[in-house]
Amino acid sequence: MVSTTHFGSKIVPVDQKAKLVGHVFSSVASKYDIMNDIMSLGIHRLWKDHFINKLDPGMRPGSTEPMNFLDVAGGSGDIAFGILDYAKAKFGDVKSTMDIVDINPDMLKEGERRALDQGRYFEDPRVRFMVQDGETLADIESNSKDVYTVSFGIRNFTNIPKGLETAHRVLKPGGIFYCLEFSKIENPLMDMAYQQWAKALPVFGSIVANDYNSYQYLVESIERFPDQETFKKMIQDAGFQAAGYESLSSGICAIHWGIKA
Amino acid sequence: MTRQPQLLLGKVRSLNPLTIVSTQSHRGFVTTALITATLADLLAGKQATMANSMERGELHNKTIDYKLEREERVQRRINNLKDTRPMTPNYEGHIPLYTTEKVLLFAISGIRSFFHPENGLNIVQLGEATAWPMFLESLKRTMLSDPTGRRILRDRPNVTTQQLEMDHLAEYPEGTFGYQFYKWCKRENVSPDTRAPVSYIDDPLHAYIFKRYRQCHDFYHALNDMPIVIEGEITVKALEAANMGVPMATLGAILAPLRLKPIQRKRLYDMYLPWAARTGFTCKPLINVYWEEVLAMDCNELRKELGITLPPDLRNMRTERREKIHRLNLKYKKLKEESNFA
Repeated sequence: MVSTTHFGSKIVPVDQKAKLVGHVFSSVASKYDIMNDIMSLGIHRLWKDHFINKLDPGMRPGSTEPMNFLDVAGGSGDIAFGILDYAKAKFGDVKSTMDIVDINPDMLKEGERRALDQGRYFEDPRVRFMVQDGETLADIESNSKDVYTVSFGIRNFTNIPKGLETAHRVLKPGGIFYCLEFSKIENPLMDMAYQQWAKALPVFGSIVANDYNSYQYLVESIERFPDQETFKKMIQDAGFQAAGYESLSSGICAIHWGIKA
Repeated sequence: MTRQPQLLLGKVRSLNPLTIVSTQSHRGFVTTALITATLADLLAGKQATMANSMERGELHNKTIDYKLEREERVQRRINNLKDTRPMTPNYEGHIPLYTTEKVLLFAISGIRSFFHPENGLNIVQLGEATAWPMFLESLKRTMLSDPTGRRILRDRPNVTTQQLEMDHLAEYPEGTFGYQFYKWCKRENVSPDTRAPVSYIDDPLHAYIFKRYRQCHDFYHALNDMPIVIEGEITVKALEAANMGVPMATLGAILAPLRLKPIQRKRLYDMYLPWAARTGFTCKPLINVYWEEVLAMDCNELRKELGITLPPDLRNMRTERREKIHRLNLKYKKLKEESNFA
């Protein structure tokens, strides 16, 4: 009896999900930013800014040990570069390292390409781009990271609890797990508006980007993701302490965090 | 009588400039208050709604299976998301659209095709947006009234590199259509696999006919030795428009020359468009040609059978013109140098 899982609304064998998710992201890799802008009407930039500001990352002046950041499923690089820029601007931190990992090499290539185009963090000894599966992170040592960030990536994991346990493994004691993801909308008016938008979105994607299936998968995967409280409980079950969340834009997305004891 | 300041809301009953409050407009005040209260509750009344549900005993109720409720809610929402389409898909890759969406598709792809006709995706979408049932029905009737056309509809051949066996075509004798097609593909650096699948046409048979039309476009190019430059494309589109009445081809043949250089327009209007119209209207319906079977046939024979005469060679004309301009430039460069020396 083959064990199955969800791929959006379809039920697929477990080993196929990663490949199917990979196809979605390969086909949208080059237009990922445009897709994000269309889906969230550009507001995702505000969310990501708030995400980074709230984290307040960076090696404090007067500290001797640089921080080690890990950005998972962050192929396109916006959070990773944003963290490094923030650390440099606020604390003058130019020593902290960043590992950007993504299961999809096309997305990772987009990120590295962006680093090249922007003229920073490309072939930089501080920044490593690696192809890794977020559920295992085979090449990341245990107890080696200060901050683990994942932005709009964890809903695509085949096995979210396993991903959370891996996050727990790679973080140092006192390290922060920090996640930005779509969540349950708390306001009924906003919810009605969102549902109409989600129904129209795949057709827009089909007409504008010739990709109906990717957008259909995306809106379904957003529905499947657990709500704020349930995900907070999952974080606690993985062993994190002081788990909490903050809903953004009345629940369209939420920042969840937890600290490894 | 003392005049007291009164607040005015709703209908003005008194002309007294000191009237601020009116006792005759309760209706307006009550409606406003109700609307404000409802909106406020929906937007910012989370604590009030929670207090209400706490009083009713719905909060932290041990008898409710929250997990099941959550899963049912998710399932309901996903089902809601799934039936957004007007009908179930009729074939693999079918995306049914509502009428408003079809209009949107036509508008967006039309604008994009006008500014970027070189992007294949725009043309493909515009083609499907303009492939109205009336046109596809008439094309179907054309196919059904011819025995070869009927065979094509029965067999439903698919034009792919593998099915055509492109490598074998290189070995065909020199004058055959198969060899001509192979040579043309190599020269233009295209392959038969570059045709996009049909998604927006609702009837499956119509969708097949449109797919066949799209796939045969390269055969028309090769038969008439038209390169894939914009002039060549417009010419072939005009041929298709005249022969099959394809709406998008008609649109393209009329509007696309407007964006060209004057010399290209002159060539089109003087030579190629008249040729396309003449040939298209008089030759046999090209949609009924079973291309896979005529690969071994001699080119000239095929053309005679279909009733096609070759147009002037577009590639040669462009090359000749380029060379003439080059010679002109060289001549004046030399003249200028000589006059400087003088």
